Amino acid sequence: MDATAAADAPLRIGKHEFHSRLLVGTGKYPSVEIMRLAHEASGTELVTVAIRRIHLDDPSGKTLIDYIDRAKYAILPNTAGCTTAKDAVLTAQLAREALGTDLIKLEVIGDPRTLYPDTAETLIAARELVADGFTVLPYIADDPTACKKLEALGCAAVMPLAAPIGSGLGVCNPYSIAIIKEQSGVPVIVDAGVGTASDAAIAMELGVDAVLMNTGIAAARDPVAMARAMRLGVEAGRLAYLAGRMPKRLHASASSPLAGLIGTAHA
Amino acid sequence: MKLSVNGTSREVAEGISLADLLAELGVDRSGIAVALNDRVVRGAAFADQALREGDAVEIIRATAGG
Repeated sequence: MDATAAADAPLRIGKHEFHSRLLVGTGKYPSVEIMRLAHEASGTELVTVAIRRIHLDDPSGKTLIDYIDRAKYAILPNTAGCTTAKDAVLTAQLAREALGTDLIKLEVIGDPRTLYPDTAETLIAARELVADGFTVLPYIADDPTACKKLEALGCAAVMPLAAPIGSGLGVCNPYSIAIIKEQSGVPVIVDAGVGTASDAAIAMELGVDAVLMNTGIAAARDPVAMARAMRLGVEAGRLAYLAGRMPKRLHASASSPLAGLIGTAHA
Repeated sequence: MKLSVNGTSREVAEGISLADLLAELGVDRSGIAVALNDRVVRGAAFADQALREGDAVEIIRATAGG
């Protein structure tokens, strides 16, 4: 490993520390076996899960969590689907009790079609969950003001969307993401909208601390191969950010010397 | 008496505990959590938690999601 990569600090979210900068979901996989292999290929150390009612007609059936090796992966439960702060807070408290983790991906949806967050409800829930001792990672719009407010409330990270959830459109507003990162004192994790490896690399090149994705891997034709591609995209983007890219310029700048050219034009 | 369990009405014996209800439902207690009337009940308190007519019980677990 080169010195720049070797000197990279681990990702710290509250009291938790990770060496992978790729967070992945558990939804939409063709099978749990493919999910397991994809998680392995992604190199992730933190996987998201949703919280739902048990099936009363099969109350002791195998659940997702039986297929996740908790020695290898930390669990990040989410409050996906909640539309009010009240439901999100109770879901987080239930998740903590069921899974024994203080980590919570706070998601309060404001609109079922765009799945954009309800910022006001997210702020209310964040305040309550921080006070209750949670390590809160809120999903939020690519809104620098909302991100600053969430940080001020004590959130351990902020997770602006790259594009709508499940859209695979990539980083639609790199300027907002760059501003959010520039002014953030907590890790910035791009959450949602990453469709392929170059999207992940672009997000990381903007300097964000990590990327969270689900559909980008799970809905690929070969999720296991895409998981590895995403891992490489995240690593490439991170390294490019740390390496410091050359400045962009309008005109060409020859890579070969002009001196010593044969012919008469340069005599 | 009548309870709501995961949004479905259910008839149970008068004065049963939360632990009794979970046993009656055949719920494996690992990996689940329970809210009673919008408050989380810790696993250690299931046996002592009496249920009353009209209580709303929510039993959850982790599932696939992003």
